[in-house]
Amino acid sequence: MTHVLDVRALSKSFTMHHLGRRMQAFSDISFTLDAGEFLLLRGQNGAGKSTLLRTLYRSYLAGAGQILFQSRHGQIDLARAADVDITHLRRSEIGFVTQFLIARPRVSAEALVAEPLRLAGKASDEALDEARHWLSAFGVKRDLWPAYPTTFSGGEQQKVNLARALILPQCLLLLDEPTASLDVSARAALVRRLADLKASGTAMIGVFHHPGDVASLIDREIDLTPKGEPQEEREDVAF
Amino acid sequence: MSLKSLTREWEPMSYGFLDASAKREVRRKMLKAIAVPGCQMPYASREVPMARGWGTGGLQVSCTLLNPRMSIKVIDQGADDSVNAVSIRKFLARVSGAPVTMNTLEADLIQSRHRIPEEVLRADQVLVLQVPNPEPLRSVQPNLSIARQMHADADYGRMWLQLYEQIVRSGRVMQGASYPSLVNGRFVMTPSPIPRWDVPKLNMANHLTILSAGREKRIHAVPPFTRVEPLVFDDVPYRVEEHGALVCHRSGAKGFFMNEIPQDDGSSSYEVSDSEWGVKTIRLAEGARVEMGKTWYRNGEFSQ
Amino acid sequence: MTLSLDAPRLVTTQPLLTARDVSKSYGAVQALRNVSATAYPGEVLGIVGESGSGKSTFLRCLNLEETPDTGSYTLDLPDVQGNLFDLDRFGRRMLCAKRIGIVYQNPHLGLLMTHSSSGNVAERLLIAGERSFATLRAKARGALEASEFPLERMDAPPIELSGGMQQRVQLAKAIALEPALLLLDEPTTGLDVSVQALVLDTLKRLQAERRITMVIVSHDLGVIRTMSDRVMVMRRGEVVEAGLADQVFQDPQHAYTQQLVHAKL
Repeated sequence: MTHVLDVRALSKSFTMHHLGRRMQAFSDISFTLDAGEFLLLRGQNGAGKSTLLRTLYRSYLAGAGQILFQSRHGQIDLARAADVDITHLRRSEIGFVTQFLIARPRVSAEALVAEPLRLAGKASDEALDEARHWLSAFGVKRDLWPAYPTTFSGGEQQKVNLARALILPQCLLLLDEPTASLDVSARAALVRRLADLKASGTAMIGVFHHPGDVASLIDREIDLTPKGEPQEEREDVAF
Repeated sequence: MSLKSLTREWEPMSYGFLDASAKREVRRKMLKAIAVPGCQMPYASREVPMARGWGTGGLQVSCTLLNPRMSIKVIDQGADDSVNAVSIRKFLARVSGAPVTMNTLEADLIQSRHRIPEEVLRADQVLVLQVPNPEPLRSVQPNLSIARQMHADADYGRMWLQLYEQIVRSGRVMQGASYPSLVNGRFVMTPSPIPRWDVPKLNMANHLTILSAGREKRIHAVPPFTRVEPLVFDDVPYRVEEHGALVCHRSGAKGFFMNEIPQDDGSSSYEVSDSEWGVKTIRLAEGARVEMGKTWYRNGEFSQ
Repeated sequence: MTLSLDAPRLVTTQPLLTARDVSKSYGAVQALRNVSATAYPGEVLGIVGESGSGKSTFLRCLNLEETPDTGSYTLDLPDVQGNLFDLDRFGRRMLCAKRIGIVYQNPHLGLLMTHSSSGNVAERLLIAGERSFATLRAKARGALEASEFPLERMDAPPIELSGGMQQRVQLAKAIALEPALLLLDEPTTGLDVSVQALVLDTLKRLQAERRITMVIVSHDLGVIRTMSDRVMVMRRGEVVEAGLADQVFQDPQHAYTQQLVHAKL
């Protein structure tokens, strides 16, 4: 069985030209991931967990190594793929869940959540129905559905974010601290949804501040803490 | 070989007033204008014994075309007896020795200011129209160089835009005389300040029309059997002046283009603009044997 | 590790726009040096750079207003073939009239200021051959509405309108014929910040609804960040970096790009 993801000797460093400095984020990471597997990334702050996720998603460019992804169209090295292919994959096969919602002004919560379905070709009323189902599942109050998320609280925004990010089953799901600012019931809804997706074959890699939340889902772990000197505290590059 | 054999007898004036080189210039430009219907051809406009703006362009064309056998008719706003028409006609007769006429059916050459006669012109007749401003784009593009480029590019968007805005603002196209018209499907020309009533007469006509502007130094032409289509929107049809029901108070002629004469009591009475047509109508009513030519308009409606 | 324009491909979507090795000098000044770019159907390509970077010159080349010294430019459209830089004057006019819309920074460039706003939009349709008054009116209204222009002022001349409204008229004019490509040259520069946000918002909405392919040029990183799917960074006539928008902003490789990105908090 071909792996969904086959990461080989992946390394990432940041070159800050104005400081004349080069900083290694992680190096020589290799692992495989199969359908329905949940991989947890561990490591202290600054170990590069978030960086790894973003490198897999191509928000960061890898320095060396390969990220072989088994897409529906064939295998491709995400590290070297053309922008247009990455865009296509992000729309249909690879999802990235963060704690930040990119709300567009004057787009309602339900329209935002329905969008991935519509882009995938679903009829808009069907997409809207499903969107509402998930908004309800994540505990978003009904009267907020036609409202604009830019006016919501952090927690509400996050629920909308999750509903949208998880509405379309993906081949691969990357989760970057999705449970921050969520209440207990929303957290539970998230875990349920992840469990469903996992059962239907979605491979997942996650960074969780409280891994206990998803303990039941974890198949494997990778600890990114480098051997030897701990990395300096690094702030994430601004979104 | 002697000097005498090489030179011509001294004449106070060339035939037809203009000298040979002037005529050559006008002929060449007329031929060009006919070859590219509706396109303005610049020409070296000569001095004639008339002030600029009074028909010098038309005069130069007529002088060029004239020969001693041609019958000349000159009208001004439709009238043969207007002061300007009379002086031009007299001048042309004197410099050419050609006969003059008021009867449209007899004329070989008709020089006109701002009207086309009501009787249909034949293939052997030439109509010369006097043009004050030959550039139809002038109101939307005062810079002549840019306007020339627009003609070259067939870029008439601004012209159409002007008509669109007239309809938006006033509910109808406000263009009265000089209605911009597309010639042979390519160039937009001004047909000179003839009323809207007269523009359909140019479309697929039997006769040749030369339009000449002396002050602006441009000639354009509509050859016979050439399309002349006023710029109209598909859903806002071209409308001529509502003279179809008017009656001339002097001759009783009905359904032709009229001059409006305000009366003291505020009302108006009407007089047929084509004065010779009015005269013919009166003479016919009096019992004289008058040939009334076929007219473009019948019963107040245009019919081909 | 750099990504080339010819990376191995997975899906077969062809770019709508392909410009290759576009160079142009004005006398001694090299405005563009081997600039290449692609834009895929439905995406927004953002071109960012400071004044003098050549970004506006490049956009003018894409609009066929300027002819570069070398380079090719193709559009993947049914009846459009060959290098568009080779088109004659008439060909250019026709292509631009029907397939490309442009919004300029300065509304005086893009609009007839003393004609009505609806007339400005209608002129576009008239050039393309529309001859029904009712259709002109309806389509002008539709385009202005899509640009979120207040319809009760649709016959006001742009000279009487605010900057933001003028840009909306430009936008309406640009989209009236449903072009394949929409070019925007600093569309919000010079507008009040609050108005900028509104105009960008309209652009974003329009793009999401109609999936028009856009190339947007700005020196304002925030504008590029809000709008773009892919980004190209230009400096002194050259492309220094290009890639997915999130990648260029989150992980800029080139020193200049890093400078640009980190200059903003």
